[in-house]
Amino acid sequence: MTSAADSTAADTLQIGGLTLSSRLVVGTGKYATYAEMARCLEASGTDCVTVAVRRERLVNAAGENILDHLDTRRYTLLPNTAGCYSADDAVRVARLGRELLRDLGNPGSEWVKIEVLGDPKTLLPDPVGTLEATARLVEDGFTVLVYTSDDPVIARRLKDLGAASVMPAGSPIGSGQGILNANNLRICMEYLKDGDPGYPVIVDAGVGTASDVAEAMELGVDGVLLNTAIAHATDPLRMARAMKAACEAGREAFLAGRMPRRLYATASSPDEGVIGRRA
Amino acid sequence: MTTAHHDAAGGPAGCQLTINGEARQFATGTTALAVVRALGLEGRPVAVEVNERVVPRAELDRCMLSSGDRLEVVTLVGGG
Repeated sequence: MTSAADSTAADTLQIGGLTLSSRLVVGTGKYATYAEMARCLEASGTDCVTVAVRRERLVNAAGENILDHLDTRRYTLLPNTAGCYSADDAVRVARLGRELLRDLGNPGSEWVKIEVLGDPKTLLPDPVGTLEATARLVEDGFTVLVYTSDDPVIARRLKDLGAASVMPAGSPIGSGQGILNANNLRICMEYLKDGDPGYPVIVDAGVGTASDVAEAMELGVDGVLLNTAIAHATDPLRMARAMKAACEAGREAFLAGRMPRRLYATASSPDEGVIGRRA
Repeated sequence: MTTAHHDAAGGPAGCQLTINGEARQFATGTTALAVVRALGLEGRPVAVEVNERVVPRAELDRCMLSSGDRLEVVTLVGGG
């Protein structure tokens, strides 16, 4: 039974030694401009953003860099291995991301979001490559957050390999379909939090709108990672605000403990003292 | 008897590198830092890989390149 003091204690997200106050992790891709990206990140309330690692331009390299628009003292940067189709490539990219962040002195420098893809059409993860990349990067000292499917068996294997957070997809990356299989997500959480209730599970991929975030948080996930849902909204700034509210609402509802579902009705107004005839 | 003259390090012909998938010619004995400078990227937030190994920033000036070396010069961009 929680006391009043418990309910006012800070409800932060702990991942691999780092404390995040927001339970939203927001991507930096797909925005119309870097300036819009910066405004949306601020409106979302996030304190952790993902970034990708790509070849620098060899000509005309004096253009803008995303770091000109990201306050690296405010946000923990989480480099991803997006676009990698093998564990070898993911390991290379993770190490390059680490080198980039070390120079910045950002707390995310030993972090990586592992993505090892199996298929360019669906961007579904390659479970074999994902397991291998996780094992190798944990060995190399990274704090690993790993994008995976909602398969509870793979999720448990990834945790066993040392992943600091397992991140099951709600639906394909950028598809906006929300959580397609809440049952699998529930089972993932049951397995991952068995004897370890604080183990962070983050829904990553497929979020489309605010209700998807609220739904995920009500299921009891620890956080939601999203990008396209904000960047491709008609009004991204407004959606960023909506996502912040939805994340908080869903989390509060989860902590509040929802009422049970019932097959039949129970009236909200008293039975006694009704005038007129009873049915 | 002829003396075969194989110049693995590039010799007078220079240093043929592949940088981000593009063939580039540099002078013999060029360092990774010299390449970064020549590309106008010194002071930019980049990381360098030579033959699939990350070369830390502090070691770029000591990293001597050979003909045939493959470099990747990368930076952070937006992503999910």
